Order: sequence, then C-alpha cells, then structure tokens
Amino acid sequence: MTENISGANIIIRALLDQNVSHMFGYPGGAVLPIYDALYDYDSNTIRHILVRQEAGAVHAAEGYARSSGKTGIVLVTSGPGATNIVTGLQDALMDSIPLVCITGQVPVPLIGSDAFQEADTVGITRPCTKHNYLVRSIEELENTIHEAFYIANSGRPGPVLIDIPKNIQIEEYRYIGKQKKKFHAGYSPVLRPRSKDIQDAIALIEEAKSPIFYTGGGVINSGLAASGILNEIVSHTNFPITSTLMGLGGFPAEKEQWLGMLGMHGTYEANMAMYETDLIICVGARFDDRITGKISAFSPQSKRIHIDIDPSSINKNVQTDIQIVGDCAYVLEELLSGLRHSQSLKKNTAALAQWWKKIETWRAKKCLAYDIKKSSSILPQYAIERLYQMTADKNTYITTEVGQHQMWAAQYYQFQEPRRWITSGGLGTMGYGLPAAIGVQIAHPDSLVIDIAGEASILMNIQEMSTAVQYRLPVKVFIINNFYMGMVRQWQELLHDGRYSHSYSESLPDFVKLAEAYGGVGIRAQKVDELDDAIAEMLAVSDRPVLFDCQVDEAENCFPMIPSGKAHNEMILSKQDEDNQTISKEGQMLV
Amino acid sequence: MDGVQTKRRIISVLVDNEAGILARVIGMFSGRGYNIDSLTVTEVDREQKLSRITIVIHDNDAVVIQIKALIERMIPVHEVTDLTELEGHIERELALIKVASSGEKRVECLRLADAFRARVVDATNDSLIFELTGRSSKIETFVNLMRSLGLVEAIMSGVVGISRGKEKT
Repeated sequence: MTENISGANIIIRALLDQNVSHMFGYPGGAVLPIYDALYDYDSNTIRHILVRQEAGAVHAAEGYARSSGKTGIVLVTSGPGATNIVTGLQDALMDSIPLVCITGQVPVPLIGSDAFQEADTVGITRPCTKHNYLVRSIEELENTIHEAFYIANSGRPGPVLIDIPKNIQIEEYRYIGKQKKKFHAGYSPVLRPRSKDIQDAIALIEEAKSPIFYTGGGVINSGLAASGILNEIVSHTNFPITSTLMGLGGFPAEKEQWLGMLGMHGTYEANMAMYETDLIICVGARFDDRITGKISAFSPQSKRIHIDIDPSSINKNVQTDIQIVGDCAYVLEELLSGLRHSQSLKKNTAALAQWWKKIETWRAKKCLAYDIKKSSSILPQYAIERLYQMTADKNTYITTEVGQHQMWAAQYYQFQEPRRWITSGGLGTMGYGLPAAIGVQIAHPDSLVIDIAGEASILMNIQEMSTAVQYRLPVKVFIINNFYMGMVRQWQELLHDGRYSHSYSESLPDFVKLAEAYGGVGIRAQKVDELDDAIAEMLAVSDRPVLFDCQVDEAENCFPMIPSGKAHNEMILSKQDEDNQTISKEGQMLV
Repeated sequence: MDGVQTKRRIISVLVDNEAGILARVIGMFSGRGYNIDSLTVTEVDREQKLSRITIVIHDNDAVVIQIKALIERMIPVHEVTDLTELEGHIERELALIKVASSGEKRVECLRLADAFRARVVDATNDSLIFELTGRSSKIETFVNLMRSLGLVEAIMSGVVGISRGKEKT
C-alpha cells in the first residue's frame, strides 16, 4: 500500500513522471498548495519560471514547446489567472502546440457561489482547448494529469487545461505512477495512412506535369524525422516546394526547390506556381484564408492531395481529390518508398523541366528585391536581411510578434531547420514574441534567441523583460520601429484611402531607457551605417535581455501582397501597384 | 456553398457521460454557426457511463462531413453516425399535445387521435392531453390538424433514432 500524499504533491509527482523539467507560472490563492509543494524541489529537478503576467506564461510555454518538441507547462491561479491565459490557449489551439495548463479553482463546495477569484474556467476555455477538465475528486487527479499529457501530445497536438479546486490540492490520496489506464476510450488518433490512399496519391503524382509541394506546421509538429523525409522526397522528385508561415524551416530555404513562403505575403513564384500547378501535394497544412486568397479562383487547374492528421481539416475550405489521414512522417515515408519504386515518375522529366523553366521566369521577377539606396534611413527588409546574415552561422532561434515585421522576418530570414521559427500564425497574437523567446531560451540556454518585434506589439507584453532579467536570459528583442502599427496602416492605405485612424504609435517609450530601467541593455540604430555595429553589440550581450530599437523607414510596406478578396495571380508587388488597386466590397469585408 | 442542396440529417453521437459533454458538443455548433433543429440527450449505458446525443440538422453533404469530423475529434466522443446515411433507420419523437375544446370539436379531436394512434393521457371537461409517438412529420401533421380544434400547446421530445438490423447503431 503506497502512502497517501496531498493532491499538490500528486500533481508534482505526475509532472516529474512526465519528464517535466520546466514550468511557467504565476502564484495566487487557489494554487498556493501546489506552489508550497514546489518549494521542496530544487530547480534542477523541476524549474518554475515566474512570469509577470499569466499571458506571458502561456506564450513562454508555447515557445518552449515549439522549439523543443516537448510539452509546455503552465501553472496559474483561478479567476483572472485563468482568464489571462485564454489568448494563449486559443493561440496554441490554432497553431497545434502541445500544452498542459494547470489552473487553480475555488474549492468544490464553493463552485457556483461567485466566490472570490472564481470563474467558470472549463466553460470559458472549452472552445479554446483541445480538451479540458475540472477535477472533481482527488481519485481522478493522477489519471487526469497523465491523460492530459497524452492528449496534448498525440494526434493533432494542442492545449489541454486541468482546473483543480483548492480542496483537492490539499486532500490526500495515493499516487501510483504513470499507468496505461485511460479515461476516454473513444480517443485514438489515426497515425498511419491507408495503403490504398498512398497508392492513389502515387498514381496522381506519376501523372503530374506541374506539381508542387505545399507544406505546413504539421511537418514541424510531426518531428524532425518528417522534415528529413520531406527533404528526401523533394530531392527524389525534384518538385518545387512552398510552405505556410507555420511550416517555415520544415524544408531548408537554401535548397533550389524552395520557392519561399506562399499566401498573402508569399513570394511571386510560390503563388504563381500554386495558381498554375496541376497537382498540389499538401502536407500538414490546412488551406486557410491567408493561403488561398479568393477561394473561387484558388488554383483552378489543380488536382489536390491533402495529408493531415486531423480529418476535420480536410475538405474544409478547399475540396481535395485524395485525402490521407495520418502523421506526416508516416505518410511521407510511405509515399517516398512508393515513389522510389515507381517506374513512371521519370516519364514526366521533360514536363517537369518545362515547369521549372516557367518557375524560373517568375523567380526572375525578384519579388523580394528592394531599393536600398532609396532612403538614408534603414529599410526594414535590409535590417532583417543583415540580422540574418550576421546570425546565420550561429545556433539561432527566431520568434516574432505580429504585423509587418513578422512578414518581413518570414520573407527575409532564411530557415534551414525545423523548430527554429516560432511565430503566432493562426491567431496572430501581438505580444507573443517576447514571452515565446523567453520560453525558447529556457529550453535552449546556450542558443541565440531573437524576437523580431514591432514597436507596437512589443508593448503588449513588455513586462516580461523583468522575467528575462530575473533569469538572466539573453534574449534579443529586435524592434523594427516604424512608429506605426504598420500592418494596420498598410490596410488603411489599401482599403480606406490612407485614413490612418489610430494606427500611429503615439507616445512611445524610449526603448533604450526602458531596457535599462528593467536591468537589460538598450541599443538604438537610426542610420544604415550604424546597423552592423549595433547588431554586433547586441549579439555580444550574454547575460541579460536586449531591447534593440531599430528605427526604420516609416513608409515601407510589406510586399508582395495578395489583397483581400483577390487571387494568387493578382498579387501586388510594390507601392505603385498598391496605389492602383481597387478592392471590391466583398474584399473589404475580409480581414 | 450557395445552391448546394441541404437535407435533413440525424446525427447520433455516442459519448462518455461526463460533466460538460453536452456543452462541448453543442458549443461547437454555436461557435461555428451551424443550426440545430432538434436535440436529445440521455444516458444509455450506466455501467460504461455512455450517453447518446441525437441531433437533427439541415445541411449539405460537405457541411455534414465537416460537422461529423469536428464532433469525432472531441476526446469524450466514441462514435458519430449519420442515421440518414445508413441503409435504414428507425426514428421516433414523442409529443404531448394539449387541446382545449368541447362539443363537436372535442369529438373530432378524439376521432383524429384514434386515427393517429395518439393516447389520451389527461382529460378534463374542457381539455385533453394526447401522447403521440412517431416520425416528426407525423407529429407535425397531427399538431397542424389540432390547430383549428383548440390546440393550446404541443411539446416535443426531439428525435431519437436507431439503425435497422442486428448491428449496433
């Protein structure tokens, strides 16, 4: 008979059994017993990172999870502690990030009484978690935690929340240890594809004259093996490949088959290829509206193979010809082995060469070129390109906030490996990048971690500078400061005749002094010739965070762009194109 | 998906009977803007703690496939079946129908009730309550007939359904 321990200790023991080494949290009344139990463990066993606002905890856990492949752990209190993580839960749900979030709850007898710091946490978070629990008795506690890890990590990953009333943290029960028992017999994600589907897919691939791989975050989530096999399959077929924002790094950007990102701010060659292709092989992406543009004009001549682990992602926005449910790595492996044995793949070599010729003409547009001499101030594209060149040989992780800087980072920073690029794709959460960078740095203490930020976004979770200082995390916040909420302004130019309603970043703090006030390092660059030295100075800091105020040309916009409601072949490539645009009423309604 | 034909569907969902499960399933419908025509839920297996949720919707094939996939991916869901897609199914709804009338009209009510095999479950001098089971269309027809005969109210249970033959639904 094992001895009884408190619920709080059961929680910690279960976390340790799940190989948890780090958690991100903020204490409060309804989780005090758990924090008390933590007090007995040294930080080498389980390390708690104290954030400054709960939103920071959940984004940090996302950064930790995405860069390491492990599950991110969040511990916050009831009521406001729980509601503050809602944005991060939805963010993790949309980007399929495995998290286990433990929230405190008022004691069971008080639930429903509008007690102090009570909120209906499971009710509030039901639609923004993969699954959630309210633990109603201590007997359920251990199994619930183990099942939460299984659910967060298996199938399409996602956030799982466990709401634990305070009395259950204090009551005592036995702890058995990791066991196989599951509560939910109905949950069993399909990982391996049906061989019939693989054969059908191979038949389509053999027929294709102008195929393209369109890949997404599923490749990253599937694990390093998936990227490796994707690399092999692209080499074997010599098909062009593009990817969503979430999929960057799944295939090395230095390879010749890489066309760059597709979609609203994707490259000309990627979008034109999607428009003219006769076969889309979609791997772990979900045809979302940033990718497809005007849905009725999306890729009009193509057959489509869709590989996804989540059946509900298939045929949701775009109808497909072959649907393969399974984990990317398994599916790609079987496709590769089939294609290796294929006799007819070579038949289309000539057609493929023609296809590449066409792609080269699109590439020749050099859609990401910018006029460096145009301005004496720093162009944002140049700033990111220099940042890339000066950090490419380092062990670097990039996070971002949301807006123009995020798109420029996606366009001008080149990712060669998976898990190096951590950005809020589905939800588009401003304030994501700094806490995410903290989580990445915790997972990779010796790596270079840079948050490419905007001056508006960074202020949304700037308090996490204090966390970075406390744990001596040398995260670099590279602020592309154009004094505007740039993406809002860009859309106001496109849709509202340049009426800049509330998109100017008024009353900005002095970022250098702000960094210093937190105990970090502040650096500013305003002219092109200062940039390299300033970046070098930033990179040299190794024991505290840096706010880098990179003051850039205010007027630059993010191109190429597929304006809302338009098709892939209606991209605008420059400011001039932008001025000549008329956007339909339907287009204006889109976001 | 304008112009795509919508059909009546009966979606039968077998779930773990646990707190919040109904909110989870139904929340998906409201959250994604799908309409529900009728809904029933009750425990069907006490030992294994399973409940059956039966949802009637009107939509086109693509939407129904999407709805099924979205329900299926919920953790406490065991199985989702579109009964209207099966070889055959039996569906029933229960209605309690209150009518207040006298004289000729009351006689006509009872005559119609007999034809529809509705049972009288409560009677006063000037009112009757009928219990009627059957397909929703039959109940609708009966209720419509009662309108001119003093219908006070009709309360329906929502549809339950089961597959034909020896296999489980």
